[in-house]
Amino acid sequence: MRDVLSAVLMLTGVALALVAALGLVRFPDVFSRMHAATKPSTLGLLLITVGAAVRMREGGDAVALLLVAAFQFVTGPVAAHMIGRAAYRSGAGAQAGLVVDELADVSAPPA
Amino acid sequence: MTAVFAVCFAGLAVAALLVLVRLLLGPSVPDRIVSLDTLLQVVVAGVAIAAARTRSGEFLAVLLAVSLLGFLGTVVVARFVERRGA
Repeated sequence: MRDVLSAVLMLTGVALALVAALGLVRFPDVFSRMHAATKPSTLGLLLITVGAAVRMREGGDAVALLLVAAFQFVTGPVAAHMIGRAAYRSGAGAQAGLVVDELADVSAPPA
Repeated sequence: MTAVFAVCFAGLAVAALLVLVRLLLGPSVPDRIVSLDTLLQVVVAGVAIAAARTRSGEFLAVLLAVSLLGFLGTVVVARFVERRGA
């Protein structure tokens, strides 16, 4: 029973990682690529680590695996936020696709 | 169960290749940071599946190290790009 559960979790996690990679390649803009890259891969990683934790022999290893998953959940949004700010400030994200730029009046728009 | 691991590793290999395509194509530096971050998450996923396959705990140091360094690298490069421009 445990094997079935971990197999299902891991396969869904790998499928989500594939979705993230596919979205990363196909989206036109830095910001839309960040949507595709950070969200599903973080969730996929969580599923895979929980699937691996279910199969572990000692409890301590399972807890360490869940710690890695929790750590990824905490740092994923922070890293994505920093990339987004760096992309905006350095002007790399300013393709034609952007329609509304609400950040322009708040922080310095790209020179 | 081994078939499940084979499918998992094949899927992760395809995901890593796709991310590599974006890494090479990415016009601007933030594209490359995002793809590197995703590549590192694929690596962490691969190590987690390898740990599940062997059902032993010796992979955990690698897992923590890769995910820590992945985050650190992303933050450092993001700050670098912000100062210097793309």
